[in-house]
Amino acid sequence: MKLLNFILGRLFVYVMVLVVGMTILFFVPRFAPTDPVDAMLAKVASQSGYMEAAQVDALRASLADTFGLQGSMIDQYGAFLKRIFLTADFGPSLSMYPTPVTELIARALPWTFGLLFTATIIAWVLGNFVGLLAGWRPESNPARVMEGIAICLYPVPYYIVALILSVLFSYVWSIFPLTTTIRGAPWSWDLIRSILWNSFLPAASIVITVFGWWIISVKAQTTALKEEEFIRYARLKGLSDTRLLTRYVLPNAILPQITFLALQIGLMFNGSLITEIIFDYPGLGLLIYSAVLQGDYNLLMGTISLSIVAVATATMIIDFLYPLVDPRIRHG
Amino acid sequence: MISVRDAVLGYGTRSFITAVNGVSLDIGSNEIVGVAGESGSGKSTLMRAIYGDFSTGLRLKGGSIRGTFEGYGTLDCSDMRRAWWDAVSYVPQGSMSVLNPLMKVEKQLLDGLPKRQRLAGRAAQRQDLEKFLAGLGLDASVLDAYPHQLSGGMRQRVLVAIAAYVSPKLILADEPTTALDVVVQKRILLMLVEIQRRLQNTLVLVSHDLGVHYQITDRLVIMYRGEVVETGATDEIFSNPQHDYTQRLIGALPDLAARRGAVS
Amino acid sequence: MADIRHFFQDSPFRLHVGLLLLLIVGCIGLLLPWFAPVDPLEWYTAPRNQAASAAHVLGTTSLGQDIFWLLTWAVRNSLILGLVVAFFSTLIGVFLGLTAGYVGGAADRFLSFLMDALICIPTLPILILLAALFGGQLGLTAAGVALVLFNWPFPGRQVRAVALSMREREFVNVAWFSGESRTRILTRHIFPYLAGWSAANFINTVLVVIATESALAVIGLSSARQATIGTMIYWALEYQALLAKRYVWIGAPVLAIVLLFVGLFLVSSGLAMRSSDRRMSV
Repeated sequence: MKLLNFILGRLFVYVMVLVVGMTILFFVPRFAPTDPVDAMLAKVASQSGYMEAAQVDALRASLADTFGLQGSMIDQYGAFLKRIFLTADFGPSLSMYPTPVTELIARALPWTFGLLFTATIIAWVLGNFVGLLAGWRPESNPARVMEGIAICLYPVPYYIVALILSVLFSYVWSIFPLTTTIRGAPWSWDLIRSILWNSFLPAASIVITVFGWWIISVKAQTTALKEEEFIRYARLKGLSDTRLLTRYVLPNAILPQITFLALQIGLMFNGSLITEIIFDYPGLGLLIYSAVLQGDYNLLMGTISLSIVAVATATMIIDFLYPLVDPRIRHG
Repeated sequence: MISVRDAVLGYGTRSFITAVNGVSLDIGSNEIVGVAGESGSGKSTLMRAIYGDFSTGLRLKGGSIRGTFEGYGTLDCSDMRRAWWDAVSYVPQGSMSVLNPLMKVEKQLLDGLPKRQRLAGRAAQRQDLEKFLAGLGLDASVLDAYPHQLSGGMRQRVLVAIAAYVSPKLILADEPTTALDVVVQKRILLMLVEIQRRLQNTLVLVSHDLGVHYQITDRLVIMYRGEVVETGATDEIFSNPQHDYTQRLIGALPDLAARRGAVS
Repeated sequence: MADIRHFFQDSPFRLHVGLLLLLIVGCIGLLLPWFAPVDPLEWYTAPRNQAASAAHVLGTTSLGQDIFWLLTWAVRNSLILGLVVAFFSTLIGVFLGLTAGYVGGAADRFLSFLMDALICIPTLPILILLAALFGGQLGLTAAGVALVLFNWPFPGRQVRAVALSMREREFVNVAWFSGESRTRILTRHIFPYLAGWSAANFINTVLVVIATESALAVIGLSSARQATIGTMIYWALEYQALLAKRYVWIGAPVLAIVLLFVGLFLVSSGLAMRSSDRRMSV
């Protein structure tokens, strides 16, 4: 019963997030100082030189659709939501006409997802591990050093870390490539090596920024746990330190970190956007960026709607993992 | 089994705060010994030292505390941890959080168990556990429960069962019935007596509640302000208390006879 | 006076270090800009590409701007943006959080869902969209308004939780039954209690706001007419400071932002630690 309530409540929040997010997306263009459709058309016209009248009209209709500018306000809102949630159709890309926006997104998404997923897992595991050991022996020198590093790393923004890494390892010492160029035949060893090689610095910059937070958070959790009676009882059972750490402290310290992970997803997504732009990494961030530079509003609306849906969905999935590991929610 | 000689116990290194001041005590095999006294009398500190738990900053400043167990010889209290969960086990005061919230009761019963109690194969171990619990009047379903699914009284009974399943020579129980209602209290006391009779081992019961001692202990040690003021057979102490403090304690108890009758 | 001494003696070490860092950055950003000899944004007010010298402490940019004075202006604008947004976010957050927690019922449910939803929405993509609609450059005012919209739920949620627990507390009930008015209970009893948390939250918001604005600026979507730490990094990148090995140009804003953020984080976590200590002793 408790579990069902949890799932329903969480689903409701998910729907709310999507509705609020899409409502913001719907209204933002209406507050813009210029008419986005005219601004867009001017830009496209200036880039492609000459356009036929029929083409301009088709574009105008597609753009008005994108922003949901046809019909009454309520019609517009309904059509806007319907297009996003039911058909997921954002029209053709304007800068890469006539490739559909959804196709461009489908091409970019695996890169962002792969980068973020890998970096998150590495940072989470490393951060939890170091934080756990630091919290277990807070007076030891390695623990103090790690906490100092974490405090200095945590507040530093991701793009600063990305910049520093790219300056050090691409400009000063040319170890890693400055911009991403993926080479190799599909599914070949060369391709995999090229992907890993090019993803190293972007992933490292995300790992380094997120890592600090996990150390701080897990260390605080572990320090608090050590005072818990059940740890003391287990110690008085004569259990070894390793067993105490792995079976008693670790599961209890990790648990709240899953909730924190869900809260951090949005922040990490922001980070990966900028990191991708700095390293020219062919993911969603770069796609959004090129959409802005080329005034490709169809692409922009598509990528940004998708960002909101992706972050909300990822957050919800992580929240749903929680009852799997916490029996107190599973068996109410 | 346990011999305490002029033990001076206390906390802190720079400024030593004395909690137990020169206590001598012998605990034999196959008996139930009660330690009574108000809070701050040093009974819990003494208990901790006998168990050899020096993790809280406790120090033995003078005298000696030794335990003699089969297979271990004579152990100084600082070495007592070698015998933990084999020759000695203990029952903590069961609050909400003594059991790991993320581990099933079965796992917590088996965790730390000495080799001699382990059976080959999970099924055999499970069967043995179920039989053992049934003997104590506990249903096998508690094995699959998580701690938060049990009531406070049930959790305390589980804690007693965990200590007993070790089959130790000595069980130390620290206020095992405090904060429980009278009915549950009686059940737990009966369970402790049953275990002691079956294992023929020693139970040391620390409680501030003289009524509890009256119901099950053979011998009683009364502590007051860090010292033992009176010790002797429980019956004798109750019928003929020598020390002022003991007399006051007993005088404050209502209707003892009725409670003793209720258990036996 | 005794109060101030008490504050410094009891606060943990990290609070001290954090305050020191903030003092340094605050000095650069709030005091020094007044002494700038010329508008450091103007091009060619100084010789181009100078190394550090007595006349130009950190050298000059390839556009003929003095790096040191440019930095002071950049830090000033970033700080002002952060402080103003944090002020309004905290104000709105505390107000709506208190309303939700104290009034309860339908208002609470609506506000809670709104806060949960806003927290889950990634800010940067929305800001990028705004920037694109503003013709590729988002002014500080527009960015500020958008940032307030996305940042009030953080203090709001925390204040709501505290207000909920406060409703059950003894001294609030005593005040309630002795006939004090609602506003008086809020201002006299609940607000002082919240002050510590709000301070930590405020500083945290300053940090998030400056970080988000400079993220937007680093990719060139913030206003080019106002210097911020982020735009300074953008210009340095755009005019190839790295290829020209002009590391001071790009290093100065990077160092400033790192010092500022470490300082802000230390102060906010130090304050939170103090608050939780105090809460336990209550």
